[in-house]
Amino acid sequence: MIAVAAKAVGPQIDWAGLSPLVAVFAGALVVLLLGLVVSRVARETAVPALSIVTLAIAIGLAVGQWGERKDLIAGALRLDELTLVLTIIFCVAGISAVLLSWRHLAPREAAHGEYHALLLTSIAGMIVLVAAQNLVAVFLGLELLSIPLYVLCATEMRRASSLEAGLKYLVVGSLGSATLLYGLAFLYGATGSTDFTRIATVLGGSGGVVTDPLLLTGIALTIVGLAFKASVAPFHQWTPDVYEGAPTPVTAFMAVATKAAAFGVMLRLFDVALIDASVDWATPLAVLAAITIVVGNVGALGQSSLKRLLAYSSVAQAGYMLVGVVVANRLGLQATVFYIAVYLVMNLAAFAVIVARERETPLGDDIAALNGIGATRPLLAWPMTIAMLALAGFPATAGFIGKFYLIEASVEGDYTWLAVFIVVGSMISLAYYLKVIAAIWMTPSPDASEHAARASLAGGDQPVLAGGSDEATGLRAQGEVVAVAVVFGALTLILGVVPSPLFDVMRDVGGALGLL
Amino acid sequence: VTLHLSIMLWLPLAFGVLGLLAPPKLAGRLALVGSGLALACAIAYVVDFDAGGGLQFVTDETWIGELGISYKLGIDGLNLLLVALTGILWFACTLWANLDAPERPRLFYFHLALAETAVLGALLAQDLALFVVFFDLMLVPFFFLTGMWGGARRVQATMKLVIYTLVGSLLMLTAAIATGVLAAQGDPALSFAFSDLAQRPLAESSQEWIFLFFAAAFLVKMPAFPLHGWMPDGYRAMPLPVLAVFSGVLSKVAAYGFLRICLPLFPDASAHFQMLLLLIALASILYGSAMAFTTTETRLILGYSSVAQLGFITLGIFALDPQGAQGALLQAFNHGLVVAPAFFVVALLAARSQGSQDIRDMGGIGMRAPVLASLFLIVAFATLAMPGSANFVGEFYILLGVFTQKIVIALVASAGVVMAAFYTLRLFITTMHNRTGAGVESREMSFGEGLVLVPLVLLILAIALYPQFGLKRSGPAVTRVTAPVQAAIADRVGHGWTRYAPLDATGTPRGRTR
Repeated sequence: MIAVAAKAVGPQIDWAGLSPLVAVFAGALVVLLLGLVVSRVARETAVPALSIVTLAIAIGLAVGQWGERKDLIAGALRLDELTLVLTIIFCVAGISAVLLSWRHLAPREAAHGEYHALLLTSIAGMIVLVAAQNLVAVFLGLELLSIPLYVLCATEMRRASSLEAGLKYLVVGSLGSATLLYGLAFLYGATGSTDFTRIATVLGGSGGVVTDPLLLTGIALTIVGLAFKASVAPFHQWTPDVYEGAPTPVTAFMAVATKAAAFGVMLRLFDVALIDASVDWATPLAVLAAITIVVGNVGALGQSSLKRLLAYSSVAQAGYMLVGVVVANRLGLQATVFYIAVYLVMNLAAFAVIVARERETPLGDDIAALNGIGATRPLLAWPMTIAMLALAGFPATAGFIGKFYLIEASVEGDYTWLAVFIVVGSMISLAYYLKVIAAIWMTPSPDASEHAARASLAGGDQPVLAGGSDEATGLRAQGEVVAVAVVFGALTLILGVVPSPLFDVMRDVGGALGLL
Repeated sequence: VTLHLSIMLWLPLAFGVLGLLAPPKLAGRLALVGSGLALACAIAYVVDFDAGGGLQFVTDETWIGELGISYKLGIDGLNLLLVALTGILWFACTLWANLDAPERPRLFYFHLALAETAVLGALLAQDLALFVVFFDLMLVPFFFLTGMWGGARRVQATMKLVIYTLVGSLLMLTAAIATGVLAAQGDPALSFAFSDLAQRPLAESSQEWIFLFFAAAFLVKMPAFPLHGWMPDGYRAMPLPVLAVFSGVLSKVAAYGFLRICLPLFPDASAHFQMLLLLIALASILYGSAMAFTTTETRLILGYSSVAQLGFITLGIFALDPQGAQGALLQAFNHGLVVAPAFFVVALLAARSQGSQDIRDMGGIGMRAPVLASLFLIVAFATLAMPGSANFVGEFYILLGVFTQKIVIALVASAGVVMAAFYTLRLFITTMHNRTGAGVESREMSFGEGLVLVPLVLLILAIALYPQFGLKRSGPAVTRVTAPVQAAIADRVGHGWTRYAPLDATGTPRGRTR
């Protein structure tokens, strides 16, 4: 018996290739334990600090392996530039989320250790998902990313809308996962393999249009399942409610990282495994992209809550990114990943400002919370303005370059009509992005007049804080939030003027999937 | 020694950013220095310019290699005068804004400076994608300038302005990218440089939709008749110094876009849609003139007169021959030079009639202000294209060009010249002469105000005396950009959706060179 067991050789495990994943998992465990320490300082400072260190290490390990392309764990995962660049994006989003939730209500209520451990686990799930080169690994990664997020959405436990968001996300997310699982099973049934490369071989062997109903059903269900995660219309209905209800740092993280993960897996699944069936999935995806662009942009028009507005905006942006997936060539891949990176930068700047204003005013995430901050809080006003201009696609911002790239890819891939949809969507989007900018710069600040009135009533010059309670005062110290806003606002501008470094990265990514 | 074009391009913005960091009191002075230096550069280029040469002072660097976008700037006969115009008007308007400091001056001058850089960039760009970048960027500072320092209903007006113009601009973005991508088919090196695109003509079917997208952007920006919906609100709300540069320069960038992009790059489509554009131009002339002599708001009289004038410019461009284009270019310069002081006069009038901008409240302002009245009269005469003014030369060339191409259109358009006299003189007489209005106080200009107005009027006189200065420099470039479209017309006599042959198409083939 012992001799047999000794002979049974497990798969060759390349620990170096897995190191970012291992680092994040290890960090999650340590953070969870550290959260049990009695000292309040340790919990409130050391836990976030350790989370940031963990993610920074993961980024370092990912950067260190740049240029490597290899299969990990018997081909279940794939390490290439696509995996690495998305890993870096997840970790950056994670670091920002930790910074935004430091001194936020959510981790205090949910216990710091658990909150950060969940966040890290979710990031690990994302890394597994985008590295997955096997249908089973895809599902594993998706669940690993989703389940912690369901909990994170509900971490502000004394607020009913937070609980509602968590529950809603759980129900809809499970439905999406189930659909995806069903689709993956059909794919396996049709091709006889769970391995991406072997699926591609089977499909390539069939040649021409695939008419196998089993396979077509599988593709359709898979698209639907992933569309839920990426909030592609008409599977986006959960997005505004969940984004609005979840604690804002979690919303920020979900908006950028979950979307990046969903598109990462789409790129690998469609551009590697199903590339030879592209006739079958390209048209439906193109139609979905067009619908998503219109639905997202029109939905955002009437919103007065910034989080709902950005939720619908994220739906629209998902439509733009989907165009790159549809094109299914090297340029499309590069344009999509480029846009994912740009999208991260723009949205983090915007969400940081929302977090800051939620703490400074009693108005929450209403647009009115931004009224007149151009005069009173320039360090918040400028990043928000730049983020909105970038999301709308104004030149000299990263958003413009991203859109330019996507349009170029779609014209080159003979999808000029989708390019027209992108610009029509951008036109509609102006109406709501500019509304935010108008609130910042062109609406008088209620604070100023209110303060003046109170000061004159009191006859003194003692400034009165919004909210006024001790807790609000404690939450107001937020240098790190402003820093996140400023850093990402500046990055949005810099990448809009000097995008070449990002293009260099994308050139490496473009070679990763072996597309033309 | 020639100056690097980038210096002129970025100087205003650099000083604008400097002003953002400086104490508020200094911001206006810094912006003035920035625009003054840019003006000095522009003058240096005009002096240095070789009238017979092609593209000069070229800067050509790769900006985004992967997207085929180069940072290529240059000056030729097409943009020389407009660059000079931009320098002149921005300096004058910055000076004007300095006369009474706006609220939050640092931001005001930053946006004003950013606008100058964007406009200069659009004019100097020799790369289609770079042009689009600057063309769209122009809008951002004007969004803020209107929304933050404008009059009543400023936020709605600025939203309308931006959304209207960006609808056109975004279509243009798609069209520009498609131009580059389709032109590079079969050739791996994607490039948006005008020189490369000119050598890779597109198929006529592609040209047509691309042309329409570009035309949408330019016609909205001008604005031309059916697409002018943003204009009344925008003109009412914009602060006057800003409005002066907006009306004086931005509309010209659109006209310039037709000459720089549509005619040389899409010659077949330009010939195909010639009649459509001529009709739009004609409608703009008639509609603009009619509105200008019925409305009573001084700003809108000038606004609608701009619609009519831009109609003339479009008419000249789509005569599709060198004379028309020549006239259009000269007229673009003239109109800019005339409309900016006219808006300044509007501000002076408002200051003398208790802030009212309605001509029914005015009258008799010229009584104790002879200098102001005379200067205004010169501006008015130039606006109505009095023989002897450079505007007369411009309109003459435009009509000459159209006469040789489409005589009916030219005859109808001539009515616009008469109407211009009507609405301009109405504006002058009802404000300066007539019975003195109830709240009107006739008062001479101050020294500072004279400092803004007098040089501009002198410039109008100078260009009236010597219009050849502009004509000589733009001649070769205009012949060059109209050559492809002339060839296209020669190919398609009796074809196209109008099935309408030019006058002399019956016998001799066209395509002659001048």
